[in-house]
Amino acid sequence: MFEVFANVLTFGMLGLDPSSRTGAAVHFFIMDVVKIFFLLVVVIYVMGLLRALVSPEQVRAFVRGRPDWQARSLAVSLGAVTPFCSCSSVPLFIGFVEAGIPLGVTFSFLIASPMINEVAAVILVGVLGWKLAALYVLAGLVVAWFGGMIMQRFRPERWVEDYVWKIQMGAAALPKPDTTIAGRHRYALAEVREIVGRIWRWVLIGIGAGALFHGFVPADWVSEHLGGDSWYTVPVAVVLGIPLYSNATGVIPVAEAMLGKGVAVGTTLALMMSVAALSLPEMLILRKVIQWPALALFAGVLAVAFTLVGWGFNAIV
Amino acid sequence: MKQIKVLGSGCRNCEITANVIAQAAKDAGVEVEIEKVTDMAAIMAYGVMSTPGVVVDGKVVHTGGVPGPDQVRAWVQE
Repeated sequence: MFEVFANVLTFGMLGLDPSSRTGAAVHFFIMDVVKIFFLLVVVIYVMGLLRALVSPEQVRAFVRGRPDWQARSLAVSLGAVTPFCSCSSVPLFIGFVEAGIPLGVTFSFLIASPMINEVAAVILVGVLGWKLAALYVLAGLVVAWFGGMIMQRFRPERWVEDYVWKIQMGAAALPKPDTTIAGRHRYALAEVREIVGRIWRWVLIGIGAGALFHGFVPADWVSEHLGGDSWYTVPVAVVLGIPLYSNATGVIPVAEAMLGKGVAVGTTLALMMSVAALSLPEMLILRKVIQWPALALFAGVLAVAFTLVGWGFNAIV
Repeated sequence: MKQIKVLGSGCRNCEITANVIAQAAKDAGVEVEIEKVTDMAAIMAYGVMSTPGVVVDGKVVHTGGVPGPDQVRAWVQE
């Protein structure tokens, strides 16, 4: 359906040549814009109707006071289903600390949350197929679980800013959600507007980058340099991804283009994770609650984890 | 006079929320006092973790996003 539409628009109306580079790039761009935004709106709306989007306040209430392994499993899985905005990571961090949730568990949540969410997962299935989607989600869960655990080993408490420990959180009764059909519909629409409004730029940039890669990077060059034979492509992909920031949905088209040209699966997954989970803006925001050594450690642990995941998949697949 | 507080550490959605409320109050011809709470400790004291949040006369009525027009109208009028 999306394919036909993109064909008509690119080759029919714009009159581009299907075998030309520009034609290929424009075709990729149109097809992905239509497909990804369609999926985004539908998935967010349906999730909104089901009210499957869990709020940070609820996560905090679920996780607090549980034994470590339970708290971590909950934090990781709830992190995976909460599409959270990096602008709420500070209150989230403070709220978790105040509830007495171990820092390692909080880090697990902070890793899982930007990397995996149900919206990105459905779009991954739609664009790259369910096998890769499952690989990505599974790898993300594992990294989040162990990443937080390793952070805990370094006793990160000593790097938490003093004022964080002093904040007392109130227990105001939060408004009850309206569960009538009309209320759900209104909520779902607001959710679509809010999330799409926040991430559309990242998605467009991602599709643009994917389209350029698809149209202009020769497959021979890719198979020679990024085919998975040389060990250093994975760490390079991870390091490249650190300063780059995008939403988890925004990296999908880039991954699609890379895989299409024959970049190794592990290398692609490593780049996706690095772009989605590790970013400078996110670090600067977290700097408000923890000091540089903890941030450096956080980045280091994740970079190593993504590299291992990349190598692992390159070796298996 | 109704006292409305917008909780948020200065993100764009918090600005939008404050503006939406101010506009709705003006349209309804109701005088309200809008205060932006940007101090994290004060925000957390309301039990709110996802911003922007809205507090009307000391009661949290909304969290985690820009409120819809119907909601805002109800707050300034009720």
